[in-house]
Amino acid sequence: MADELKKVILEYVIKEYLVDGDDRVITEDTPLITGGIVDSFSMVSLKRFLERKYSIQIPDADASPEAFDNVIKIAALVTRFKK
Amino acid sequence: MFHPDARASYQKDIDGMKAAGLFKDERYITSVQDAEIEVQYPVGSKPRRVINLCSNNYLGLSNHPEVVAAAREGLATRGYGMSSVRFICGTQDIHRTLENALTKFLGTEDTLLFPSCMDANGGVFEAVLSDKDVMIADRLVHASIVDGMRLCKAQQDTYKHADMAHLEEKLKEHQDKRQRMIITDGVFSMDGDLAPLDKIVELAEKYNAMVFVDDSHASGYIGKTGRGVHEHCGVVGRIDIITTTLGKALGGASGGCVSGRKELVELCRQRARPFLFSNTVAPVIVEGAIKVLEVISRSTERRDKLEENTNYWRKRLTDAGFDIKLGASSIVPVMLYNAKLAQDVARDLLDEGIYVVGFFFPVVAKGQARIRTQLSANHSRAQLDKAADAFIKVGKKHGILGLKRKEIVAKYGE
Repeated sequence: MADELKKVILEYVIKEYLVDGDDRVITEDTPLITGGIVDSFSMVSLKRFLERKYSIQIPDADASPEAFDNVIKIAALVTRFKK
Repeated sequence: MFHPDARASYQKDIDGMKAAGLFKDERYITSVQDAEIEVQYPVGSKPRRVINLCSNNYLGLSNHPEVVAAAREGLATRGYGMSSVRFICGTQDIHRTLENALTKFLGTEDTLLFPSCMDANGGVFEAVLSDKDVMIADRLVHASIVDGMRLCKAQQDTYKHADMAHLEEKLKEHQDKRQRMIITDGVFSMDGDLAPLDKIVELAEKYNAMVFVDDSHASGYIGKTGRGVHEHCGVVGRIDIITTTLGKALGGASGGCVSGRKELVELCRQRARPFLFSNTVAPVIVEGAIKVLEVISRSTERRDKLEENTNYWRKRLTDAGFDIKLGASSIVPVMLYNAKLAQDVARDLLDEGIYVVGFFFPVVAKGQARIRTQLSANHSRAQLDKAADAFIKVGKKHGILGLKRKEIVAKYGE
């Protein structure tokens, strides 16, 4: 379940944020925000995707750039709000 | 009170910026703004004359004699300041004259002046959109647009830079919102490329969305008669909001505007906070800007010369083996990828009498450091040749001529 969740997030991140020709490899622990792959301005589409897909609400206070900085952290956040 | 601990804490922040190479310092220019300027660098040193390749003085109007004379006349007839915001007693007849001239020039329905385009972008979204609406922005829009979007309650989304398939996906996704607004720069300031406004307008019409364009780096010279990217793409009259600046090609002093559908402009007049709570552009600048529009509407000579200069400059750099970004604007980025290399090349060029600035993360993406060169109609062929020769000399010194990204990165790191 946890692996499936991380896989879904990883797939979305690659599709949503990498442009054609971008050969960077993204894994579960790749820094997304601090690594310059996702900027805080564009992060909102990932949050919306997760909220829709898992029928959850992530309060803005919890949707910090730190909490979205890699797939493992994002999966933990989703798991917390799914309960 | 400013407690010693507070001072120490702030000083630590400043030291941190310096240590990270993110500290910006100014150079003092001791001449008028032009293709060649006199600059003190470092501050306090003896001023030296350098060829300027980093200003937004695209049309060379920042010190044009007719514009200066008109501004002087404005000072004599309308005074120095207004000492009021627009809606109390801060509007002169000439403010409306300039707004009407901008409306005509941009091919829109109405225009409202703002103290700057930063202010126009800061206020426009909040004035016309609500929480039932969505803003869908290109990921490389200017920082002032990002700030304006943050001040607005409408939902936000972004699409990959100039990626029309991604934009279409987003438009489909947001069909349940009351209004959709596509938000883009006309010319992207760091890459110099143009937004595909013809395709954007097509999508907007298909999915019932409004189109917003910040044409600050285009107004005055892009398009056959310099109206902007909407003219270049053949969509004059089909852009719902254009914001632009008087601080670049259009005289370069200050001021900006929101221009577009008359209802949207009216809502800005009623609600946009930077318009309501700040003085507008001073009379001197208003008269100067009216003259600028007159000069560039009279003849396309300046934008034609700029185009010729830009093509020549691109050719010289490409022939020499520099890796430059392709585009139709007069912003020509020379790609160096490595931040330190960009700073070293800029410093060496200054020693050769060429004034350019290196840009690196966070201003551009990591591993995308560059020197952004910008052309002016006032550059002479001799100045461009001198600058190109200096680039070649410095390029040879660093061994980067003929190298593309992978080779430069292999040599200097990302």
